[in-house]
Amino acid sequence: MRARVFVTLKASVFDPQGKTIADALHSLGYGAVADVRQGKYFELDLNTTEASQARALAAEVADKLLANPVIESYRIEVDS
Amino acid sequence: MKFAVVVFPGSNCDEDAYHAVKDVLGQHAEYIWHKDTDLKGADVVILPGGFAHGDYLRTGAMARFSPIMREVERVAAQGAPVLGICNGFQVLLEAGLLPGAMLRNDALKFRCEHVHIRVEQTDTPFTLACRPHQVLRIPIAHGEGNYFAEPDVIARLEANRQIVFRYTDAAGDVRESANPNGSKASIAGLCNEARNVVGLMPHPERACESMLGSADGLVIFESVVAALKTGAFGGSTGPALQTVG
Repeated sequence: MRARVFVTLKASVFDPQGKTIADALHSLGYGAVADVRQGKYFELDLNTTEASQARALAAEVADKLLANPVIESYRIEVDS
Repeated sequence: MKFAVVVFPGSNCDEDAYHAVKDVLGQHAEYIWHKDTDLKGADVVILPGGFAHGDYLRTGAMARFSPIMREVERVAAQGAPVLGICNGFQVLLEAGLLPGAMLRNDALKFRCEHVHIRVEQTDTPFTLACRPHQVLRIPIAHGEGNYFAEPDVIARLEANRQIVFRYTDAAGDVRESANPNGSKASIAGLCNEARNVVGLMPHPERACESMLGSADGLVIFESVVAALKTGAFGGSTGPALQTVG
């Protein structure tokens, strides 16, 4: 089973990379792009067929390693 | 006096730290591989600069789980002086031995230059020999030194006097233009509540001999030698050190 983990900077954290990307898009004429936040995306191949187990395991590794709770939060999707 | 210099795969300031301690300061120094589980009786632990584990994922994120870190955490809890320099500071943050986290520098540039930092606290083992508000000229070399913590954490750091170094101009004044990376409250270095664990982004080990452009960093290492001799600093390392290693 595959779990997808999206790690993003918390709203209170300034994202200089996202700001630079937004500035670049504005200079390309995409004024409709109001803001950009850059994050990280992980695909975890898990040795389980149980969605709830997969979600729990993904959350555990996200808490332990993939995300730093001081600056980041995460969201998990699991294949159904 | 014995210094342990921890070596992670990707450390690159370990030899500078070893040289500063052994050749400049005349103390004993020993490299400790990150997979070791024994600090070999060292009195002081240095986590050096570099790019431990390639800085993959986040700076210090993987180094935190290196086997030697269990022992570093143990001796830190007992009050032994622990110094994290640059990447070593980032490792201490990821390990939770110091609060907060590092972000990319606000200008997105790797900054490699001499800066001025002001010593805010002299009751840590690594600043004991400094004058209050002494200004040190020390190099930085980092891409992710933009210190972040939530406002309530910053307030707690201020209240507990845990901000040990701030970026300033040459006169020792805090100015936004003297902040090289966007760090909150111009923080260049911190200590823990017990004051025995100190981390800073600038590299004192690269500024211990005047031929290198500055010898201002030497006082950091002289401080810990003096601190251990007198036992005169915040944390009570004296008895704890007997059990180190």
